[in-house]
Amino acid sequence: MARAVSTKTKVINTAIVGTLGFLVFFPILWIAILSFKTEENAIRAPLEVLFGSGWTFESYFTVQARSDYFKHFSNSVIISVGSTFFGLLIAVPAAWAMAFVPAKRTKDLLMWMLSTKMLPPVGVLVPIYLIFRDLGILDTRSGLVFVLMMMNLPIIIWMLYTYFKEIPGEILEAARMDGATLREEILYVLTPMAVPGIASTVLLNIILAWNEAFWTLNLTAARAAPLTQFIASYSSPEGLFYAKLSAASVMAIAPILILGWFSQKQLVRGLTFGAVK
Amino acid sequence: MATKASRAAARLMISPAVLLLLGWMIVPLALTLYFSFLRYNLITPGAHPFVGWENYYWFVTDPSFKVAMVNTLQLVGGVLLITVVGGVIFALLLDLPMFGQGIIRIMVIAPFFVMPTVSALVWKNMLMNPVNGIFGQIAKAFGFQPIDFMGQIPLLSIILIVSWQWLPFATLILFTAMQSLDREQLEAAEMDGARWPSRFIYIVLPHLSRAITVVILIQTIFLLSVFAEILVTTNGGPGTASTNLTYLIYVSSLLQFDVGMGSAGGVIAIILANIVAIFLMRMIGKNLDA
Repeated sequence: MARAVSTKTKVINTAIVGTLGFLVFFPILWIAILSFKTEENAIRAPLEVLFGSGWTFESYFTVQARSDYFKHFSNSVIISVGSTFFGLLIAVPAAWAMAFVPAKRTKDLLMWMLSTKMLPPVGVLVPIYLIFRDLGILDTRSGLVFVLMMMNLPIIIWMLYTYFKEIPGEILEAARMDGATLREEILYVLTPMAVPGIASTVLLNIILAWNEAFWTLNLTAARAAPLTQFIASYSSPEGLFYAKLSAASVMAIAPILILGWFSQKQLVRGLTFGAVK
Repeated sequence: MATKASRAAARLMISPAVLLLLGWMIVPLALTLYFSFLRYNLITPGAHPFVGWENYYWFVTDPSFKVAMVNTLQLVGGVLLITVVGGVIFALLLDLPMFGQGIIRIMVIAPFFVMPTVSALVWKNMLMNPVNGIFGQIAKAFGFQPIDFMGQIPLLSIILIVSWQWLPFATLILFTAMQSLDREQLEAAEMDGARWPSRFIYIVLPHLSRAITVVILIQTIFLLSVFAEILVTTNGGPGTASTNLTYLIYVSSLLQFDVGMGSAGGVIAIILANIVAIFLMRMIGKNLDA
């Protein structure tokens, strides 16, 4: 910094930007508060909600009892982790090969892979739905794992490719000079250097799969329904339901909100395919 | 460097990804194209005769298609306007010297990690509900008539919800781009007497232009496919007031079981998305060379 900034300026900035940031964050904070109120108290005026009585954990238990949160939670975990895991199995070798043994066509290949991501899901809704119906994998977790893996595969490959590209090739040559075989080279030289890149790729893809709400809503009904579908079931409620909806929402977003905060930086890189760093 | 053996190995390592993506792209795409030329409804059994462009004709001439197209454009345009302007403002604000910048940034980014069904339902009920929602209660406290968001202004309500979800994305990318701004250039301009507006227009905005373009293109791809937010709030209504193209295709394929019609709509959606995609791909391709 070339210039000292007075504390007063900093305080004013903090107040203005902090207020705006708080407004953006407010809906999330609000459901966190409502989730600890009784239904009768959750619909009162905002100030009464804040300072009134009626604090309870009840809604969390009601939600679990009424719509089996843990079943949907485990579906979400299996689908998001599963699709990321299988995606990695396919993407790591591909990204690896493209980064370290680039051919003339590597760039075109990458661009083509990316172009498959541009296909709007609704454009292939009918055939995917019919294929799933005929194969009997509608409303199964394995079906969704496959679809979400395919949806995110281009992003996984791209992210890994940009990370692998940053590993200097000289290190590989040095390892080869020292007589390392291809297997040893991959296991002992490349892998340790690639772990951070792979970790952030995993993080981003779990988030994307967790929040995916087109295929999960259209291809599941009851058995394989993840949290997106679980929340959608609250769209036509009976009676008072603000506290219950809040508790359900908090439980649906809390795990991924925490993961998300850790992966802010990777988010930019992953979602812009390296166009903004 | 790369030997013949390692090239063969590389090809072997790439092929599963290529084959899978190729299958994922070609099979459903070919089927969508094929179905779009058939009279094929899941409720009516029997043969699926070839009907040429009939499905396209009926899909495009249906009054709801025009409404859906206009809604789609308004939805994409509205959200882009709000998120890009808001994102630039937040990127500039977050760049100011302040205390607790990390915490404020986390608060601004948080909505991006909220799943679409949650954000839509929370906004619909806790904020926009005319009786119990916060907006309604604030309006009443000041003596105004609360707005029935989902009934009177369904599309605008959805635009607001979706903007809230995407504002963090725009902010994060523009803020990242701000970091590479040459501060000395700014200071030099200041010393030369350039005021804030001209510093913004001639130095900051040109620096951000690339990032803004990326935000617009990427968001457009995703915004063309907005679905869950409509499904859980308005179901496309009242009437077709908040139906976008994606939702219209969903209605004809999975609610009216009209495979042929839904497929024709799907082909149109693909063409639309591709127009945007071409520009995006060009930009990314250029970056790959650099």
